[in-house]
Amino acid sequence: MKSTSTIDRTRLRDRPVSVLAATLFMLACTAYFLLPLWWMVVASSTTRGGLTDTSLWFHGQFELWTNIKNVVTYQDHIYVRWVLNSIVYATLGATIGTLFAAMAGYGLAKYVFPGREVVFNVILAGVLVPATALALPLFLLFSKLDLTDTFWAVLLPSIVSPFGVYLARIYAAASVPDELLESARLDGAGEFRAFFTISTRLMAPALVTIFLFQFVTIWNNYLLPLVMLQNTKLYPVTLGLATWNSQKAIAGNLQLYVVVGALLSIVPLMIAFLALQRFWQSGLGEGGVKS
Amino acid sequence: MTALPPTTTVVPPAAPSGARRHRRAAIGFLAPFLAAFTLFYLVPIGYAVYQSFFKVERQGTFGVAHDVWGGFSQYGEVFSDSEFWHSLTNVAQFFLISVPLQLGLALVFALLLDSPVLRAHRFFRLALFAPYAVPGVIAALMWGFLFSPGTTPIPSIADRFDLLGPDLVMFSIASVVNWVYTGYNMLIIYSALKAIPSEVIEAATVDGAGQLRIAWSIKIPHVTPALVLTGVFSIIGTLQLFNEPQIFRTISSAVSSTYTPNMVVYSTSSIPNYHLAAAYSVVLALITCALSFTFLKVTQRRAFQ
Repeated sequence: MKSTSTIDRTRLRDRPVSVLAATLFMLACTAYFLLPLWWMVVASSTTRGGLTDTSLWFHGQFELWTNIKNVVTYQDHIYVRWVLNSIVYATLGATIGTLFAAMAGYGLAKYVFPGREVVFNVILAGVLVPATALALPLFLLFSKLDLTDTFWAVLLPSIVSPFGVYLARIYAAASVPDELLESARLDGAGEFRAFFTISTRLMAPALVTIFLFQFVTIWNNYLLPLVMLQNTKLYPVTLGLATWNSQKAIAGNLQLYVVVGALLSIVPLMIAFLALQRFWQSGLGEGGVKS
Repeated sequence: MTALPPTTTVVPPAAPSGARRHRRAAIGFLAPFLAAFTLFYLVPIGYAVYQSFFKVERQGTFGVAHDVWGGFSQYGEVFSDSEFWHSLTNVAQFFLISVPLQLGLALVFALLLDSPVLRAHRFFRLALFAPYAVPGVIAALMWGFLFSPGTTPIPSIADRFDLLGPDLVMFSIASVVNWVYTGYNMLIIYSALKAIPSEVIEAATVDGAGQLRIAWSIKIPHVTPALVLTGVFSIIGTLQLFNEPQIFRTISSAVSSTYTPNMVVYSTSSIPNYHLAAAYSVVLALITCALSFTFLKVTQRRAFQ
């Protein structure tokens, strides 16, 4: 009786004022975080090529659809090509990268073997390597193999995610109970079967997180394609837009096209976040041991 | 009182062939990643180190260039190059004005999202995380428009303060970086919070602890490893700063081609002096390693007990 009344009083004390304060604070911060996204929508709807008269609300004619059509058709639909390239690079790279990272992290978490910590520390050290320190020697090595300026030059290095291994290891250690694996073994399941049928499900939130982060990392990559690619048809959308931006002094409408193109390019990622959010909401493995 | 997490675990009896089985399974799980890691991380790094020990020599002023063994001569150049050290002091300043705010906000956001005090969790979580969907290059382009007097939608601010001038441009770039990464860090801390067993929180609530008390005494200690992780990533990220200042270079004369260490490496390699660029990369990697390791050591006792 006594403890329940304490809860009630705690809840009552916590609610009204702190709810308001917390909500106002979050609303203010959210405004700052959404402002540039909102501005992109407004600016993308203006008619002016040079963006010299932008504001935070729509004014003049609403030209968003015309602008989108112009961006998409500009230079023989090169923009569509860039977005498709980004989607292919990011989806393939993140899928393979997540699989490799999940297996490696799981292997490090669930098996004891000599040199385990050494291997783990070397992988972790990989996170520290500056992007330029990788991109430049990769360019020289790939040019010896005649692989620069190809699809593979951007895809192959993207499948490595040391941070994914780290995340997978922590999550596997915390969410895949040894008892469950032991009983799977007693039931005659092999190690890989146990991993693919049981462990990957318990690790699902971590796998989605790794996939998402790796997807974003590849999608955002600028330096590696900048160093590797000459052929504009292989560009990801980041490099393409940066190129347009550097040419904006030459062609009048490019400045607007950069904004519209940027707005369009972030839509696929927003969709990915929305579609996958229920997976990273709660740890699916929480009830694993109890049941 | 009964809400404590179960602490008893069943210890499985060790199988006689357990060690061998473990080793074979571990090799199978690790092989794909390690193969890719070796090809696309270790080999290029090794190649960069190897390249850094050569130098370009010409026969006469306009003779054919060819590579000769240079020993540590490139490293001598790195350490005597004031531009490189200046770029390091730039990122050190950048770190101080960017990271405390970024991680502090990320922690506050995560705690609020995890507490019953806040409503509309889904909206706030998505809204704060949304900028992470914007690539750094594109975020820099956007904020560049917002900061430029000619294109800004809020002229009262951009006209009064020279946001792209030498005094404020670092703050401007920092606000772009923070805009992109605060939600990312928030999510890392938030998932750590989600991993706290609900029994622990329930027990504290039963004992009469308020939300602040729970945050301070249970949640923050629990997410310290996640904070350390985000701290390490911030150190690495700051030292590797490239995309945002590279884009700001096109709109601000206050950002030089050697503003950050990575920009020094990139501009050196496009001169081209690849051997010197390789030496810069190696030194930069070692500095990153040393700083992250020191940070881990200093915080380790608190983070991992």
